[in-house]
Amino acid sequence: MKPLGEAGLRYIAWQMLTGDRPKYLGLVLAIAFSTFLMSHQMSIFAGLLDRTRSQIRDVQDARIWVMDPKTQYVDEVRALSFQDLYYVRGIEGVEWAVPLFKGITRAKSADGTFRNSILMGLDDATLVGMPQKFLAGDWRALQSPRSIAIDRVGYEYFFPGQPYATGQEMEMGARVVRVAAVVDASPPFVNLPVVYARYSEALGMVGGERRQLSFILCKPRAGVSETELCRRIQAAAGLKAQTAEEFGWDTIWYYVRNTGIPINFGITIAIALMVGALVSGQTFSLFILENMKYFGALKAIGVTSSRIVGMIVMQALIVLAIGYSLGIAMTALFFELTKNNLDLRGFRLMPEIMLLTGGVVFVVVLTATILSVRRVVVADPAVVFRG
Amino acid sequence: MTDTTLQAPAVACRGVHKSFGSGDTRLHVLRGVDLEARYGELTFLLGPSGSGKTTLLSVIAGLLKQDAGSVTVLGRDLARLHNGEAALFRLRNVGFVFQQFNLIPALTAAENAAVPLLAAGWKRKEATERAKGVLADLGMAHRAGVLPNKLSGGEQQRVAFARALIQDPKLVICDEPTSALDGPTGRHVVELLRKVALSPDRAVLIVTHDVRILDFADRVTEISDGLIQRVESRKGAH
Repeated sequence: MKPLGEAGLRYIAWQMLTGDRPKYLGLVLAIAFSTFLMSHQMSIFAGLLDRTRSQIRDVQDARIWVMDPKTQYVDEVRALSFQDLYYVRGIEGVEWAVPLFKGITRAKSADGTFRNSILMGLDDATLVGMPQKFLAGDWRALQSPRSIAIDRVGYEYFFPGQPYATGQEMEMGARVVRVAAVVDASPPFVNLPVVYARYSEALGMVGGERRQLSFILCKPRAGVSETELCRRIQAAAGLKAQTAEEFGWDTIWYYVRNTGIPINFGITIAIALMVGALVSGQTFSLFILENMKYFGALKAIGVTSSRIVGMIVMQALIVLAIGYSLGIAMTALFFELTKNNLDLRGFRLMPEIMLLTGGVVFVVVLTATILSVRRVVVADPAVVFRG
Repeated sequence: MTDTTLQAPAVACRGVHKSFGSGDTRLHVLRGVDLEARYGELTFLLGPSGSGKTTLLSVIAGLLKQDAGSVTVLGRDLARLHNGEAALFRLRNVGFVFQQFNLIPALTAAENAAVPLLAAGWKRKEATERAKGVLADLGMAHRAGVLPNKLSGGEQQRVAFARALIQDPKLVICDEPTSALDGPTGRHVVELLRKVALSPDRAVLIVTHDVRILDFADRVTEISDGLIQRVESRKGAH
């Protein structure tokens, strides 16, 4: 049978939905806040995990990381020896290999402000691993003795309110150094300042272990794949060699497995989902229940069950689309408004999270719709004749 | 519709049985009901609560299928129609007035009256224009743009009549049309119904337990315990 009057029924469905303002707004807001909570918490979660590999990601000129075989993630390393470095340089397929130091030291400004900072010691000759974006100064300035480059977080912490500039003196460990550049580094997991110095300078800024070589960074020759070179290094030197991508993911998974972050965020996201599902599902079910007699009247008048289902699905899709869009807009607005906050750097709404949240919210609304539709379809049609 | 067709009753129920549940809890609601509603007549179906009125009405409307017996409405055996066909049949041929009116709160009086036309595929503007015309016939032209919650009970009833009559149906089924109204308003409403709904090619079936409106009946059928107890023709009494 040819469907009749779909435009008219769509109009009736729209009026039924939006005519009941409090319920309509309740439904839209329940979905919007549920979407906001889920997408916001997932974005923070993903951003936080992404921060764990920020030092790996900032090294853009070397694609392979070589480290002690037992290394699990970037923040906990056992030093290598320079002999390891020379050995790696001699492996077939290595274009070049340079040392990288990564450690923590205490930085102090002239006015006595101090803070633990992440210290990256870069190869003296090449400065491989230096961030690419400079806010003040440039990479050449780092060639001068006792020079450092400091990231935005560190600069704004030690020199609050001052425009980005170079020349200020600081203490790094027991050594007095000069700020030669301000760089825009990716935010680390713990929001500590990140300081860059030449390898030989960095060693003087920390005490402790005799051996200080944290990682060897290298690049494969043309024609040798990264995976192949990793395999060769592992086989020849007995060291662990990973691509930056692999090492980054290993670091992320280490934090996932060994910290309470995923559980805590998982709980928040689950609560957001449950509250959103319960509130929007319950509100939608109530909406349908209260409209049952009108759907019953339509059924009696001659509107088939399938057309009534179409009306309800349309109502569900409308609240889903509006509620989801509103929720995503709220999340996007949050990250837009906080993008200049240094503590919230690196947190953003990713397209994957938008899709995932959309999928979850769709399933919630779909389930509520199916349950509600079922009520209308299986309802005793004679209900309309009862007072 | 030919005169020959009109000689047959608009609604004819023969030995209709309907029960609900199974086993020990099986409830036999209709136990061999015979009923007729003729064209040009206002047929009243009277009976106390639980007598089977609503079930019989649902069977006649094609919303429930009888277990046994035959139901012919406007010459069609509804039991032979699929759900979709039965729905289309109702949409085109039967007008309903519900006890609680069941006007959609978000639609104006005219839009409510136009619902059957909208469901039948009419354009909204044309359907609403026609609804305004029907409402005008019922003295409701000035209330066409008003939402149901701003209308009195009597006015809501007239909008419900307009909705039932807008497709010019051959059968109008009214379920307790006066139960929500006070005595004088109820009488006025049935008087109005008789005036606007009744015509030689249309039958009106009213289910009620309101004896105050019995004066308007052409035929009274009393049902009790699922059986027809009395049929009285009062044609010509008006």
